[in-house]
Amino acid sequence: MTRLYDEERLGVLLRILRPAPTGWVRAAQELPAARRQFDQIVARAEADASFRAALIADLEQTLAAEGYEPDRQILSEIRARLDND
Amino acid sequence: MSGMSSVSDSDLVRRCRDGDQGAWNELVERYSRYVYAIAVRGFRLPDDDVEDVFQDVFTRIYTRLDTLRDDSALRPWIAQLTRRRCLDALANKGRETPVDEAGVHEESADLADVEEAFAVREALATLSENCQDILDRFFARDQSYKTIADELDIPSGTIASRIARCLGKLRSQLEGRYDPEDGSRG
Repeated sequence: MTRLYDEERLGVLLRILRPAPTGWVRAAQELPAARRQFDQIVARAEADASFRAALIADLEQTLAAEGYEPDRQILSEIRARLDND
Repeated sequence: MSGMSSVSDSDLVRRCRDGDQGAWNELVERYSRYVYAIAVRGFRLPDDDVEDVFQDVFTRIYTRLDTLRDDSALRPWIAQLTRRRCLDALANKGRETPVDEAGVHEESADLADVEEAFAVREALATLSENCQDILDRFFARDQSYKTIADELDIPSGTIASRIARCLGKLRSQLEGRYDPEDGSRG
């Protein structure tokens, strides 16, 4: 059955799907690169004990010194991975 | 602008699985408002939780895309991931009243409104770029007539009539009476 819409209802519905903040959308779009970086860091931590120890001692500083710029979510996942290993 | 290109969800999923960054960008663009609306309007999460939910949902989508059994069922899958993540956020807040998904559904007509709004947006995507733009600016971005007129370089006195005309086209599209030949003008 065809649903009928008046202008007021259309306006209400058009207002529901507001744009998410631009930075959030951009961060989500950059996920593939962030995941690649995550995989790279984890692989290196598994292969290099001194790198892993440095990560455990100071995660953010170690990654920054190595030229990585992971976002908050990736940092949290790396931290969790190191805790679980 | 609308995030609703003519590419089907199935094609988008297939291309994302193949590592196509452009397809992923489009998937995020297509569903970012939807995920955001479920968290904000459907579950009324506090602002500080919404960003966590938003990023976590897209991370799950990206990392679990291979587990999606029916590529055409992308939207219900995303809705389910988002609802679950919102419930987790509420649970983590230690609300006094236990919240379960069924309860949220029963109580919230807002979630049904989000679904209906998505259908309206799909219909909007079939209209001209001009109509999509002006309706989005006015309704979803809360821009004033003056701002719209200034940014689109059109007389402000014509904004109301353009909006009314585009709403009429949108209504016709939703009610199955839209003539695509007429859709090229806004």
